[in-house]
Amino acid sequence: MMGSENQEGGEARLQASREEMESLVLDGDDGRDHIGNSITSQSYANYRSAMTTLSSSFAASHHPLSFPTPADSDPLLSPPSPQPPLLKSPNSPKPRTTATDDPRHLDPPSYADVVSSPLDDSIEANGGSESPSQHSENSASSFSRSPFSSSDYLEIVVSNPQKEAESSKNSIVPGNNAYVTYLITTKTNISDYGGSQFSVRRRFRDVVTLSDRLSEAYRGFVIPPRPEKSVVESQVMQKQEFVEQRRVALQKYLRRLAAHPVIKKSDELRVFLQVQGRLPLPTSVDVASRMLDGAGKLPKQLFGDSRSVMGPQDVVQPAKGGRDLLRLFKELKQSVANDWGASRPPAEEEDQEFLDRKQWLHDLEQHLTNASKQAEALVKAQQGLADTMGELGLAFIKLTKFENEEAVLNTQRVRAADMKSLATTAVRVSRYHRGLNAQTVKHLDTLHEYLVLMLAVHNAFSDRSSALLTVQTLLSELSSLHSRAEKLETASSKIFGGDKSRIRKTEELKDTIRVTEDAKGCAIREYERIKENNRCEIERLDRERRTDFVNMLKGFVTNQVTYMEKIGIEWTKVAEETNRYAKETA
Amino acid sequence: MIPTLQRSGSGSTQSPRSPSSQEPFLSVSVIDPAKMGNGVQAYISYKVITKTNLPDYQGPEKIVIRRYSDFVWLRDRLFEKYKGIFIPPLPEKSTVEKFRFTAEFIEMRRQALDIFVNRIASHHILQQSEDLRIFLQADEQTMERARSQEIGIFKKKPADLMQIFKDVQSKVSDVVLGKEKPVEESTPEYEKLKRYIFELEDHLAEAQKHAYRLVKRHRELGQSLSEFGKAVKLLGTCEDNALGKVFSEVGDKAEIVSVKMQREAHHLLMNFEESLKDYVRAVQSIKATIAERANAFKQQCELAETIKFKEIDLNKLRLTRSEKLADAEREYDVLKADGEEATRRFEAIVQLMNEEIVRFQEQKTLDMGLAFHEFAKGQAHLANGIAEAWRSLLPKLEACASS
Repeated sequence: MMGSENQEGGEARLQASREEMESLVLDGDDGRDHIGNSITSQSYANYRSAMTTLSSSFAASHHPLSFPTPADSDPLLSPPSPQPPLLKSPNSPKPRTTATDDPRHLDPPSYADVVSSPLDDSIEANGGSESPSQHSENSASSFSRSPFSSSDYLEIVVSNPQKEAESSKNSIVPGNNAYVTYLITTKTNISDYGGSQFSVRRRFRDVVTLSDRLSEAYRGFVIPPRPEKSVVESQVMQKQEFVEQRRVALQKYLRRLAAHPVIKKSDELRVFLQVQGRLPLPTSVDVASRMLDGAGKLPKQLFGDSRSVMGPQDVVQPAKGGRDLLRLFKELKQSVANDWGASRPPAEEEDQEFLDRKQWLHDLEQHLTNASKQAEALVKAQQGLADTMGELGLAFIKLTKFENEEAVLNTQRVRAADMKSLATTAVRVSRYHRGLNAQTVKHLDTLHEYLVLMLAVHNAFSDRSSALLTVQTLLSELSSLHSRAEKLETASSKIFGGDKSRIRKTEELKDTIRVTEDAKGCAIREYERIKENNRCEIERLDRERRTDFVNMLKGFVTNQVTYMEKIGIEWTKVAEETNRYAKETA
Repeated sequence: MIPTLQRSGSGSTQSPRSPSSQEPFLSVSVIDPAKMGNGVQAYISYKVITKTNLPDYQGPEKIVIRRYSDFVWLRDRLFEKYKGIFIPPLPEKSTVEKFRFTAEFIEMRRQALDIFVNRIASHHILQQSEDLRIFLQADEQTMERARSQEIGIFKKKPADLMQIFKDVQSKVSDVVLGKEKPVEESTPEYEKLKRYIFELEDHLAEAQKHAYRLVKRHRELGQSLSEFGKAVKLLGTCEDNALGKVFSEVGDKAEIVSVKMQREAHHLLMNFEESLKDYVRAVQSIKATIAERANAFKQQCELAETIKFKEIDLNKLRLTRSEKLADAEREYDVLKADGEEATRRFEAIVQLMNEEIVRFQEQKTLDMGLAFHEFAKGQAHLANGIAEAWRSLLPKLEACASS
């Protein structure tokens, strides 16, 4: 947190996060987890949908973590803590399971809306998901427990949106400012929480606050992005559909946070989930007052107030618009110099590995986007087939009924019987197709989840870039300060006995240099820390991505096999029944 | 009497016994569509091969070239001559220009034309028609001459045709609603039949619509599977060797499955959807026969009316000993004969229709049974094929997941 009023807060925060890290090590559960263990996929059990139970052997592989060994000495370098086990016990795959059985993946991509229920003949094309809300209401009242309670878990359910009116005294906009609060229920066995189940009411603004505080506290980490603010009028805000969509998005977001090995242990999250009443996190001040704030500081900064320099407490956060106008200008100047300057910046991004990684992630993101889009199209096509098959079956059932009612000749009844067999099979097969599609949605949702993650990775990388920029800026500043000092020295030495004003200036300059040196040191340490966070997170993501993708493919393929086998059996029956009509000449 | 023969499959001739046997047979196939001409005048010609040992025909084999309008001529002639018989239906004229020469449309039409001719050739009455013989044997110029003299119900403007159907339809509904109209036969059985035919058409049309959509869905799914496979392969390029290979194989399999779907789509179209369409057309043909029957009945009734009045006139003339009596008596005799003729015609239609209905229902049970069988067979083949294709990947995926 920047700003002089939060100076101490900022430092305390730095301190606090360090303590947290240390406490992570001291707590027996934490530390490095086994490389290549399929357990690592657990971290994304909350990111993406539960794995299909068609591969129940796969589900069984999510066994509880064996407690790993303590990490290395430097707490900041300790990798993420172990993952929670499956939060939801696997359901058996009935053809009638739907994507909405697991409320965690009700979000976009849009195809998730396509599969609302296999028994419905009418599928709503976009938005408006009534069955999802039913399911999630159900799950609001009952957490499904996994049998693995010896490891950490943090289960979150968001439910029960309620309209509340805000007193118009404090708001700039007069009149009735209604807003929506959501009931957030948590179940956990993490010791920090000191409780096993509790609920709070939060509004979306609180979520924004949480997200902002997390971004500041966990620079360099790949933090799941929060749901977007919507710039809509209050009318829309209160509409049922919008509120429902938001509820779903919030739940997804909080669960993702809870799945992140480091963030789930964060104070910010804990406080958000647990503390009743007003959220005790510093709020993100609105832009207008921030601008005013920064504008207020500017004159002091311009007139060479000692507080205009960047102190160590400032450098641990990037310059934010409004607050740190001068710093922003300096860093902007630096970045321009970096881009356009003839000389190399004082400290460069030398890590080629990092640059390669960036490029690779860029490619991954492109391919993910493409794959996610094609997955959507595939699901829509599968749904279309399922629907039309069902409609065909129904049309034939009507025909059968008609022929039977109107039958004059026996041959009509025979035909009606044949038709009925075909029709009922078609309807049954249509249900299988819907079931297959629901499972497909679950698996291919992984693609979408990783796309969301790419966003978070970008943020983590830009944390790094801005920290580097701060370092570079400070280095430039230092070098110009030093040359000024030199000039003063030279000028001073020419005057015999010294020059009172010059001496004073030199002293001041030396002070400034000292402070700036400290700041530089801090900035460099911060940069290194962020680099390390980046590295660990990317490594973790790499492992998890491989596992998740394999599981996604495996799940997808397994589904196809299972359902197609079932469908093949159904049609073979009908083919055998109608064999007598087959042409004799092949 | 030439026995009813099995219709031949597309492109293949089937003879139950060797051609040299004494048993009479007549088998026809319609093959080799070829585009003739250019631009707006372009059309498709077909080879019509007749294999027969019938005395009236130039045997054992004769090949002629025919085009769609020749088939239409045949159908119209038969419809005129054989009132009461359900003339086999023809595929529709193509209304959309750009589809007229697609391979799929041409194949669908060829199949339908082949079925059409074979049905005629295997109908115990129709197969004796002179028009059929001309159609199967005459040279192209004779055929063209005959075609240009075409008359018949289908030359009537569509509006007239619609009116006839509407009349029949309204008569049905009138009776259903209890409004009696004098010039309409209204035996309960016949009413039931008419109602049945009309409702049947609606049901069948709906089923056919869904069947066609199902074909499209197969194609769409095949297409998106192919695209998905490509996307998966691309995604695999970001992965290292082992995992990358798995991605690549999944992508390849998706492509294979996509091809299977396209094949089944085609099979579904030719063997199921077309059968349903054929069924619909057959029912529409029956409606045309119903219209003819209504016509005949009306004629008969009107003549009966006229005769009645004529009788009254005649008696009047007899009483007055008018010199017009002789003429009147002559006219009366002519009318009487016409009346008998009309009655005969009508009753022939009724008789034929009764037989035809039975024949029709039997035939349709066979046709539909086959269509259902093909449908189920194709779907089973597809599903099993897909399962097999994906199954072959499972060991590798399993290995990757556990490594």
